[in-house]
Amino acid sequence: MSTTVTARNRDVLGNSALRPDGAGKVSGSFEFTSDMHADNMLWGATLRSPHPYARIVSIDTSAALALAGVSCVITSQDVPGKPTYGLISSDQPVFASDFVRYVGEPVAAVAADHPETCRRALALIQIEYEVLTPLTDPEDAISGKFSPIHPDGNIIRHQRIIRGDQSATGPIVVEGLYEIGMQDQAFLGLEAALAIPDSDGAGVHLHVATQWLHEDLSQISACLALPANRVRLTLGGVGGAFGAREDISLQVHCCLLALKANRPIKMQYSREESFFGHVHRHPAKIFMRHHADASGKIVKIDARFVFDGGAYTSTSPAVLINGITHTQGPYKCDNATVDGFAIRTNNPPCGAMRGFGVVQACFAHESQMDKIAQAAGISPIEVRLINAMATGDPLITGQTMESVAPVARCITDTANIPLPEPLPEIVNELALPGGSGLTAERSNIVRGIGWGVSMKNLMYSEGFDDFATARCTIRDGKVFLKFATSEVGQGFVTLAPQIARSVLGLDDVEIEPIDTQVGSAGSTSASRQTWMSGGAVDGACRLVREQMFKHVGSMHNIDPLRLVISDTDIVDQIGTFRISVQDAIEGFSCSETFEHHHRKTEELDENGQGNCHTAFAFVAHRAVVDVDPELGLVKVVQIATAQDVGRVLNPLSAIGQLEGGIAQGLGLAVMEEIVMKDGKVKNPSFTDYLLPTALDAPNVVAVMIEEYEPQAPLGAKGIGEPPCISVTPAIVAAIRDAIGKDLLRIPVRPQDICL
Amino acid sequence: MPMIIATSVESAVSALRDHPDARIIQGGTDLMVEINFNHVKPSTMISIRDIESLKKITQPSNGIIRIGSGVPYSQLEQEPILSVVPALAQASRTVGSPQIRAAGTLGGNLGTCSPAGDTLPVMFALDATVHLQSPSDAREVAIHDFMVGVKKNIRRHDEIITAVDFPIVRGWQGYSKVGVRNAMVISVASACLVADHNEGIVRLALGSVGPTIIRCREAESWLHSVTSLQQGEKISSDIAKEFGHRAAKESSPIDDHRSTAEYRRHAISVLASRLLTKAYS
Ligand SMILES: Cc1cc2nc3c(=O)[nH]c(=O)nc-3n(C[C@H](O)[C@H](O)[C@H](O)COP(=O)(O)OP(=O)(O)OC[C@H]3O[C@@H](n4cnc5c(N)ncnc54)[C@H](O)[C@@H]3O)c2cc1C
Repeated sequence: MSTTVTARNRDVLGNSALRPDGAGKVSGSFEFTSDMHADNMLWGATLRSPHPYARIVSIDTSAALALAGVSCVITSQDVPGKPTYGLISSDQPVFASDFVRYVGEPVAAVAADHPETCRRALALIQIEYEVLTPLTDPEDAISGKFSPIHPDGNIIRHQRIIRGDQSATGPIVVEGLYEIGMQDQAFLGLEAALAIPDSDGAGVHLHVATQWLHEDLSQISACLALPANRVRLTLGGVGGAFGAREDISLQVHCCLLALKANRPIKMQYSREESFFGHVHRHPAKIFMRHHADASGKIVKIDARFVFDGGAYTSTSPAVLINGITHTQGPYKCDNATVDGFAIRTNNPPCGAMRGFGVVQACFAHESQMDKIAQAAGISPIEVRLINAMATGDPLITGQTMESVAPVARCITDTANIPLPEPLPEIVNELALPGGSGLTAERSNIVRGIGWGVSMKNLMYSEGFDDFATARCTIRDGKVFLKFATSEVGQGFVTLAPQIARSVLGLDDVEIEPIDTQVGSAGSTSASRQTWMSGGAVDGACRLVREQMFKHVGSMHNIDPLRLVISDTDIVDQIGTFRISVQDAIEGFSCSETFEHHHRKTEELDENGQGNCHTAFAFVAHRAVVDVDPELGLVKVVQIATAQDVGRVLNPLSAIGQLEGGIAQGLGLAVMEEIVMKDGKVKNPSFTDYLLPTALDAPNVVAVMIEEYEPQAPLGAKGIGEPPCISVTPAIVAAIRDAIGKDLLRIPVRPQDICL
Repeated sequence: MPMIIATSVESAVSALRDHPDARIIQGGTDLMVEINFNHVKPSTMISIRDIESLKKITQPSNGIIRIGSGVPYSQLEQEPILSVVPALAQASRTVGSPQIRAAGTLGGNLGTCSPAGDTLPVMFALDATVHLQSPSDAREVAIHDFMVGVKKNIRRHDEIITAVDFPIVRGWQGYSKVGVRNAMVISVASACLVADHNEGIVRLALGSVGPTIIRCREAESWLHSVTSLQQGEKISSDIAKEFGHRAAKESSPIDDHRSTAEYRRHAISVLASRLLTKAYS
């Protein structure tokens, strides 16, 4: 076989180009938004509700205003434009004015010369509350027992899916009521923003860590009652997002303070405040009943989903749709009856988090698959293989699976990964469940193996045109890329120049500031930016390449259609002409903008039928877990995974997504939970909200399945979300395998295992 | 906030006497958290990190090892502690992260006196003695008398903790801590067991399952009554189990967001019986 030999290892598509911000992040020189500073800057801080549900009787800010160093105090009365905001439904007040509906809801904000002055000023704001009984159980909302806690009612969205023969059943019927706890995105870079008012006081420039600059822009300008062109947003350094930066948090408050004080305002949440300042993953209760034939093939699924959306809508309607439309998982299913609710309660608002509704559904359907396997007397692998979906299969929404769907291959490639060595007789005690606590000996440990497979939609759904824009410019012998794509750590700043290098054959690529001075890129979420913004960058670069070929063609009298890029040269495909791109573009300049739109999707009808999703990706996970059954402690030893990625564009970046997602899914499986009691968060700190440490992280053995996705502009599927979805049920299944006990709730707590 | 950097125990305690609301700071891994969360606002801080005498590990007599209050966990994890007071080394390894273990000290753990403080069950199981120094006198207090409640001890404001005496025991000792992740976690329940082969007794102390560290005196004396506890003794699994149950009965845990009382009690019975089995295997 011949191999192409390239003179240099260029940072083109397919190579592990390094992050341009990597060294700075590791060494501490990277500027996160919270590191920003402006001359003459004041600090802003937020006063939040201590009650899950209360009526505001009065607000007195006079004592706070009188405090030396305080510049201004603002409440709902100081919001000049729309008093509310929201991603899907504008139902969340900028500041509560009549009722507070969750603990942590903003009521007022101050600007002062020092964070400590802010803190004191907040303590001086007098608010009289009439405390009301909170609605904390979503079932109370569904039953109609509780009077509305919001003018829009207590049911955010209700949707059913009715498909096929409603009375179909089989010899095997298995069911379970599954519960998923509230997970936090726990990004490390806390919420922060710097707002700088325009000198005429009629506009503002906001530097902020966010996932979608243009969506923020439209919500902010509406609240500020400013035309969109008087609000500019620039992406500050972002330290992770995972969905928690899709909603507005401090953006409007910061701009309002800056405009009122007429000074730059910096706001920054503490870790504790961050737990109250952003939405979380929806806690959910899911009932599933699977009917199967004697061989274990799914005949019908009945399901009921209840997502606790908390006090405001956020993205709950979309999370609900994602959840219920993924009831079947990556398996064929012709008949289904699904009922789903997203409910408003006085718990913290919930919204986007990596996996977006599918995480919850997957825990339920994968638990069910193991029950079918058991009933049919087949292995967890067999039950998944005989049901595995393929391209062309109909979904329970009636949509046809048009994406490449290598489900069976995900399963077999995962199964082919060697299992880890059994625990040796003499072990490193730190590697046992309990870790550094030295709670166990080798003889106390039982090993289990579990499986999880998932399907995840990519991009936005239900008719939404979440397009992405990019501009490519060649100037002074160099490529400039401009886009508004939020870099939240996923690596688009690495990928975009790789695309440009591959398309244009030029190595010197600069990314212009990421801001709202170009069209929208859509959100950095839904595993969509490689596909969408990648498609936009690719499209813009191709347009520029066309201009460049025309230029070269006319200079050298060659039909531009005969020219192609070969590494860093432009060559005539038919003749012998060859020129380096660098030489060819001397004196040439050109700029092109491209919008990438994905295929159109539809809304669901009342029976949940419709082509609502854009595309799908698949992954399998096999977990090997050591369990101390007596103490209920676990150690995830190995995660084997084969993921359907379409095409690997940057191997290092891809494995990073897989390993990170697996750690996050492990967190949900065995430790990460915001503990709620009566509408109050009991553990808003990293002391008590536990994230996996290096001693908890498993060995990850990954296979990337590269089956080029023809619908994707670069052939590559989104890979961000799938890693965290089916790893959770795989780990839980491994624990069940070790202890022989059904576990219906995640995270699995020690007492769930041993008591 | 002024910071007084003391270089001797004398200057530290006289600074304490002169500043009635001053706080001692050693590694700051507890105190700075309290200050950052606005739980305390001392007018003055007295740093004792530069007092060399507090960082010493000595052996004043044959049966005693004396550890200065300024010795950090990163040192307690290693020799000579690893061989001489292995339970203390194990407890120290469970504390926080490498960064916390580099800064946090034995004296700070005692100063805070949390029921979840990881070195405290070791002190209780070994009958350790705390050395306190004030401007006018020095006193030695048994650890059992020193800790009196949740984050409460009998240290007077003008005293500093200078050292802790740990008896050197011939026999076996071990510390186990249950948390919901495998490292860097506050204990949900912990236990230290010391099997003293010379005296033929076993001592057991529990952390995080009561307002103070709990010494299981009833379980200890029951065990003494049913076995000889000589070196080489075989502990049956029934005895180990019963010992665990009795230890759990002496604990008085609560339900909170970290765990449940029921689980904590169960964990204690498992830890106690495993530690006992290990001690005689
Ligand atoms: C992330 C993190 C993880 C942690 N994990 C654990 C853990 O796993 N287990 C655990 O037990 N603890 C843990 N801690 C708590 C803390 O690290 C320990 O309690 C440590 O021993 C405190 O020592 P220090 O030197 O930092 O004390 P400091 O914070 O300096 O002082 C603590 C208190 O003791 C007083 N004090 C200090 N020295 C003296 C002295 N010589 N005389 C009189 N008073 C004194 C101080 O005034 C203060 O009240 C953790 C803390 C953090 C931040």
